[in-house]
Amino acid sequence: MKRIVLWLLSTVTTVVLLFGYHTSTAGPAATSVLAPPVAGSSSSSSTSSDTGSTTSGTTYTGPSTDTQWGPVQVAITVTNGKITDVTVPVYPNGNGRDAEINAYALPILTKATLESQDGTVDMISGATVTSQGYATSLQGALDKAGL
Amino acid sequence: MGMPVTLALRGRHTTDAVADQAWVTVVDSLRQADRIFSTYRDDSDVSRINRGTLSLDDASPVVREVLALGAEAAVASGGAFDVWRIDAEGVTSLDPSGVVKGWAVDRAATRLRELDDTDFCLSAGGDMVCRTVVPGAGPWRIGLENPHDSTQLLGLVPIADGAVATSGTLHRGQHLVDARTGRPPSGIASVTVVTSSLTWADIDATAAYAHGMGAGSWLEGRPDRTALVVWQDGTTTAVRTPPEDRAARPPKYVLPRPR
Repeated sequence: MKRIVLWLLSTVTTVVLLFGYHTSTAGPAATSVLAPPVAGSSSSSSTSSDTGSTTSGTTYTGPSTDTQWGPVQVAITVTNGKITDVTVPVYPNGNGRDAEINAYALPILTKATLESQDGTVDMISGATVTSQGYATSLQGALDKAGL
Repeated sequence: MGMPVTLALRGRHTTDAVADQAWVTVVDSLRQADRIFSTYRDDSDVSRINRGTLSLDDASPVVREVLALGAEAAVASGGAFDVWRIDAEGVTSLDPSGVVKGWAVDRAATRLRELDDTDFCLSAGGDMVCRTVVPGAGPWRIGLENPHDSTQLLGLVPIADGAVATSGTLHRGQHLVDARTGRPPSGIASVTVVTSSLTWADIDATAAYAHGMGAGSWLEGRPDRTALVVWQDGTTTAVRTPPEDRAARPPKYVLPRPR
């Protein structure tokens, strides 16, 4: 009983703010982006997930963003004000090394976006390279969606 | 060194002007650190020191603070970690990046600690510092990515108050080397370290990684660390060490042999 109460409290509004931090290629042109709440009114039920493919959500595509490995583009599907799907239509796969990097960076980042609004995972420790472009493009998609 | 910085807030100040202002100060603090320490900027203190146009005495006072941390880390790691590099021609240069990231994020997070009744988790390039003060909110849940399985997290670490850092090379290329040999370590895929400060979580993750196959045994000697080493063959080693207890530390002198 106590655990449930704690869990409910832990799901109150989460705001995620993204900051693009360039030093190597962009010189002094650091950019910062403020995002409105991503997980604002997350449901208190962890079992009734609405990430099914049959829901009629709207898809918002972020800008294609260049990284040192190539362009990355993120699209989100929003249903009833909640992110229900995240896809990465464009990512670098020009050579074996990029494929190796992206094979595990992108799925985990996708997982992180979906899970963070469920309150299952707040942050992921590890990813660094493609996540730069991912964050920028995701921000663009969030802005378009008005989230 | 491009990296995304993400802030999650919960509690009293999440979407209000107070939260926005805190974010601005966090970003300002990180930018200031970048201006002083970036090896990619010609006008940074570090670049000027390396060109010989700025003396350590004239550099920003925080440069000495970071160099002191670097010296401490070099001793603690048995030389596997060093902010001073000597190239093939014998020229010494300063690259404090391995110390600065954790230190800069810890420093930026001090502004967030001033937010009343507000929990935060500040992440920079996959390393984060977390605090929990809201009653009943529960710890932050930090997923650890599995370097060998793209669809899985290795696990979930609950962090109420503390820091998590992961070192590995797959995402950024082979940029980590053992300072003793100048070569990348072998046999190791990633090291995640949890401890009270991100400064030391980051230093220890990097230093342990540089130890290669010796990462686990090196971490055993560090105080108050929880760590996970993922080996190249997919096996893992978990390490948990107690807080440093000065009273319990073995005496430095050698006891005389019984007659």
